[in-house]
Amino acid sequence: MILQDWDGAFAMTPFRDAFGEAVRLLATGDEKLYEIVALSLQVSLSAVVIAALIGLPLAALIAIARFPGRGAVIAVMNALLGLPPVVVGLVVYLTLSRAGPLGDLGLLFTPTAMVVAQSILVTPIVAAIAHRTLEDFHAEYAEEFACFRMSRLEIAWTLLVEARLSLATALAAGFGRAVAEVGAVMIVGGNIDGVTRVMTTAIALETSKGDLALALGLGVVLLGIALTINAVAFALRGLAARHAGEVGSEARPVRAGRVR
Amino acid sequence: MTAVPRDGTPPAPLQPTDSAAARGFSARLDAVSVVRGGRAILDGATTQLTGRGVTALIGPNGSGKTTLLKLLNGLVAPDAGRVVWFGPDGETSPLGVRQAMLLQQPALLRRTAAANLVFAAKRAGVPRSDRRSLAARWLDKAGLSALAESPARRLSGGEQRRLALARALILAPQALILDEPGAGLDPAATRALEALIADAAASGVKVVFSTHDVGQVRRLADEALFLNAGRLEAAGLARDLLDDPPVVSLAAFLKGDLLC
Amino acid sequence: MLTLVFASLSRRAALAAAGAALAAGLALGGPAAHAGERFITVASTTSTANSGLFDHLLPKFEAKTGVEVRVVAVGTGQAIRLARNGDADVLFVHHKPSEEAFVADGFGVERFDVMYNDFVLVGPKHDPAGVAGTDGVDAALRAIATAQAPFASRGDDSGTHKREVSLWKAAGVETDGAWRRETGSGMGATLNTAVGMGAYAMTDRATWLAFENKGDYRIVSEGDAKLFNQYGVIAVSKETFGHVKQDLAQQFVDWLISPEGQKLIAGYKRGGEQLFFPNAGGQS
Repeated sequence: MILQDWDGAFAMTPFRDAFGEAVRLLATGDEKLYEIVALSLQVSLSAVVIAALIGLPLAALIAIARFPGRGAVIAVMNALLGLPPVVVGLVVYLTLSRAGPLGDLGLLFTPTAMVVAQSILVTPIVAAIAHRTLEDFHAEYAEEFACFRMSRLEIAWTLLVEARLSLATALAAGFGRAVAEVGAVMIVGGNIDGVTRVMTTAIALETSKGDLALALGLGVVLLGIALTINAVAFALRGLAARHAGEVGSEARPVRAGRVR
Repeated sequence: MTAVPRDGTPPAPLQPTDSAAARGFSARLDAVSVVRGGRAILDGATTQLTGRGVTALIGPNGSGKTTLLKLLNGLVAPDAGRVVWFGPDGETSPLGVRQAMLLQQPALLRRTAAANLVFAAKRAGVPRSDRRSLAARWLDKAGLSALAESPARRLSGGEQRRLALARALILAPQALILDEPGAGLDPAATRALEALIADAAASGVKVVFSTHDVGQVRRLADEALFLNAGRLEAAGLARDLLDDPPVVSLAAFLKGDLLC
Repeated sequence: MLTLVFASLSRRAALAAAGAALAAGLALGGPAAHAGERFITVASTTSTANSGLFDHLLPKFEAKTGVEVRVVAVGTGQAIRLARNGDADVLFVHHKPSEEAFVADGFGVERFDVMYNDFVLVGPKHDPAGVAGTDGVDAALRAIATAQAPFASRGDDSGTHKREVSLWKAAGVETDGAWRRETGSGMGATLNTAVGMGAYAMTDRATWLAFENKGDYRIVSEGDAKLFNQYGVIAVSKETFGHVKQDLAQQFVDWLISPEGQKLIAGYKRGGEQLFFPNAGGQS
């Protein structure tokens, strides 16, 4: 009985209709949809930029420097990887709420609040992935850079530039997490029509209205956006990789193997 | 210029002769030991490099050659004793001498050959406007002009080694340290590399290199040091050492080496 | 964008500047920028928002006054918490005791009845507990409990959930059994779950009429006076929170209970059925 209901009510019709909905949404040039897509991109890309500005230098610092508390920083960073978006949303809500410490800024239920929440969510991801990469690169280059008598700052910057292809992957992963999460933006944005409604909260809303086909259609559009962005990143990365002399798109550090 | 047996008391450090100081930079090791994991990699090495041209460092694998070179460069600090460089302005530490080092496995940047040299030029404090022309000049000297825009890590082993050497020389070093510069290269590549090293020495740069190639010692070196199991067992004019080994271990080493 | 920042090696300063500008532009620009200060935030329930009522009402109000209305649609319990934190200018929910407490505690100016509709019990067509034949909601709930038929409860402290709990109590039914499952989510999600597992559920009529994933579900019990569902609206007081836009909020409240607002509410229909019945000023 349950299976039958599942099949009939949930699965078949929405799946068949979802792609039709997705095509219809895109083809009719639904202005509201474009607004929502634009806001999604704006919020999540902003969050990734901020995460990069914080996460990459942090990753470089812990990759090259040894200081008291470094282990704790790494542990916290890795623990934060598993942070549920809802928890982040709640913390940001309590901070930005009028009753909270930063309430006077009046940022709750604005795109800025969503950017803040997603930045907190994404920074550990960017930092953790970048840290692993940069540590490998540092192992490869540390002696060379010491021969060049480079300062920590110069080393950090050079490592970031050398690892740029792998770091692009870290940022893409961060973007994927940001654009796909619903828990944080729902709480701090409020899913306000025309103000803070993004792809994921719109999907949640349509699901709760029982319009599963439309919800799935929006999901298909979201998937398409994510695919497009990754494809563009991948293609540019491939170009850059050939320029940098990496083998294929493989960007792990490789010793100058043919010498020995 | 004498090697001191491990069990002998270190003699009073030799002072550079006036003529040596006038010629350029040289170095002295005073009872230097380096211990790693409870094992003495270098064991009370005491010697005086002359200011004359090229010093070769020979000895079996694991005898401490790389460590001694890193001590001279300042990459490694001694656990006992001290390393002193002296030049026209008197004594200084390894970091007080403008040094360049060619590591056994040079790590080239993930950029073009030219960009690798521009990077070094920047490290050497060359003004931005002059860096590309300087890089082009060194690419030419290294016979790599045709590969200027190739990714550095796509070059052959010999080309990579020459590029790494050019990258070291672009720093305009007062001392040049090379760790097995000829390893793994075919005769033509070896000859090209040795020409660059000889040029540098002729222009007054103090050169110290390690090698397993006795022929290379004869071709390049004025003086030679023989390291065996962390101990400096012989030192002298290169030709004297090779033609008439003063210690049995060196004779055995040369015999084995020649038999190969 | 990713590669914009990382592909090029030269022109670092320009890139860094561009990146920073991009970040600033992304974060600050967009929809929030053009709204200005002439807006109010309404904390309301999913039933009013999901039914499409606000889409019907708000453009008219905004055209008339130039005041943008931003609706945050959550459960009644959460909406009240938002307003108690000063994060909303208007509270528009459906649980009279909580609303009166909100005013009594000094958070609200004054509570007004706006409209009502009713709750209904919905279930699968084959009606395993035989609810459809019962008379009144007490009997309907007892039939479900007796049959141990699955029942999906909101379990989220919303107005609907609070009412459901009090109805079970009034019917004298123990609800500890495994047959009554709390979804802990909104009305729509709970209905989706109910339809998915063949469970009965209680919903407000407006959400039900607007709900698109009914499957073979239908209303099995309705019309009992106990299922009456009154909505109230309150402007949040600026006595407690200085930043609250009490004047604009009161303007919205006054408009909702004005003849114009009331007529618009009465005129909102889905599938030919009226969803909400205006009753401002009168006790129904």
